[in-house]
Amino acid sequence: MDATVSTGTEDSVWGGGNKPLGASYGKMMMWFFIMSDALTFSGFLVAYGFSRFKFIELWPIADEVFTHVPFFHGNYPMYYVAFMTFVLIMSSVTMVLAVDAGHKMKQKSVILYMFLTIIGGAIFVGSQAWEWATFIKGDYGALETNSGRILQFVDAETGERAALADFAKTIPDERERHVESEGIWFYGERSMPSYSLNEVVEGFKATPNILIRTEQLNEEGEKTLLDRKESLSKILEANQVVEGANLIHNEYGHRLFADFFFFITGFHGFHVFSGVVINVIIFFNVILGTYERRGHYEMVEKVGLYWHFVDLVWVFVFTFFYLV
Amino acid sequence: MAHDHKLEIFRGLVKFKSNTQKIWGVLIFLSIVTTVEVALGIIKPRFLTHSHFLGMKLLNWIFIILTLVKAYYIAWDFMHLRDEKTPLRRVIVWTPIFLVCYLIFILLFEADYIYNVYSDGFITWNF
Repeated sequence: MDATVSTGTEDSVWGGGNKPLGASYGKMMMWFFIMSDALTFSGFLVAYGFSRFKFIELWPIADEVFTHVPFFHGNYPMYYVAFMTFVLIMSSVTMVLAVDAGHKMKQKSVILYMFLTIIGGAIFVGSQAWEWATFIKGDYGALETNSGRILQFVDAETGERAALADFAKTIPDERERHVESEGIWFYGERSMPSYSLNEVVEGFKATPNILIRTEQLNEEGEKTLLDRKESLSKILEANQVVEGANLIHNEYGHRLFADFFFFITGFHGFHVFSGVVINVIIFFNVILGTYERRGHYEMVEKVGLYWHFVDLVWVFVFTFFYLV
Repeated sequence: MAHDHKLEIFRGLVKFKSNTQKIWGVLIFLSIVTTVEVALGIIKPRFLTHSHFLGMKLLNWIFIILTLVKAYYIAWDFMHLRDEKTPLRRVIVWTPIFLVCYLIFILLFEADYIYNVYSDGFITWNF
């Protein structure tokens, strides 16, 4: 008679208590967050692609922009970024080893691996800070034209890039520094470039072996080199000296390149930084034995998911900023 | 569940004895892929930079495909997607892929259109 009345819920799909995805609440929410964050990063990277396709013929070549390695002089494109990528993958490995040790309830190993992960993250953030500093400081210097295009200089004999200091004349300067006591509405004055426009232009006219390189990419995918006659007429379009890069001017080429570089690597660097902070918190919890008492190390697994996600994003940033 | 791991990669071509061993195996694979990418980026072989597919250099296609390969192994083995239940994995993977493909399609087409407007001389931008 009790065939139609059942209070037992264990074999009923609709009775509740099912775990169709087999994941705990916390882990699921971490995945929710990672997915929304992945879409945010995708938005940024696709916006970068949008600007790049818009200016496809004058986009800077990454190999010519990121050419430095700390403590070494010379031209080493890509090596340092490759090193950074490796550091981040390595710290991902120590993180996944920490998760694995957590499953086996080995507190000592979790502590060691978490520590190594934090060190890896710190090296990466430090490297990124160095990369930013180098990018902001600039390399050779360039001129900007009325329309915001960049003119760079090349030594005609060697074919190497020429720095402004190589040929700019020193003309006694009459430019006075603007100060607050002289201004009615004074905001401040930005630092002056090492050479004035006049010094660069006069130096250029006096040095016959210097040529101008425009942003335009040619058939070979290289920047167009003007001959001496074209260079002399092109330099008349210049209206200011640019050294280094910021959000408004960029000596390496299109200013949007610098904007996206700061924005995307900055946002990623912020994720790495917050990842390190969260890792440190979990690290101390592991040392204090919180998860030993709780009976499982799922927190390590959750923070691990976030950490791997940061690595995953870097893989894409690396490709779209440095390789493609 | 999380405690039992699937220990095969490359569709069973390589089998590992323990999860730790699998992690090191995946690291080696990812390092090799990164090295290949960097080497190609430095050498830039001429036959790859001068042939195009769908308007993009073959070399860039190779970079993007290798990136997706790396992303797959990071997600599957480091983020344990391989060990999660199939519905969870599909929800996590296909939702962003669908949305991102849509976004790429829309924005890159639009950018190409603007590029044409510029290059056909409707706007003076280089003076």
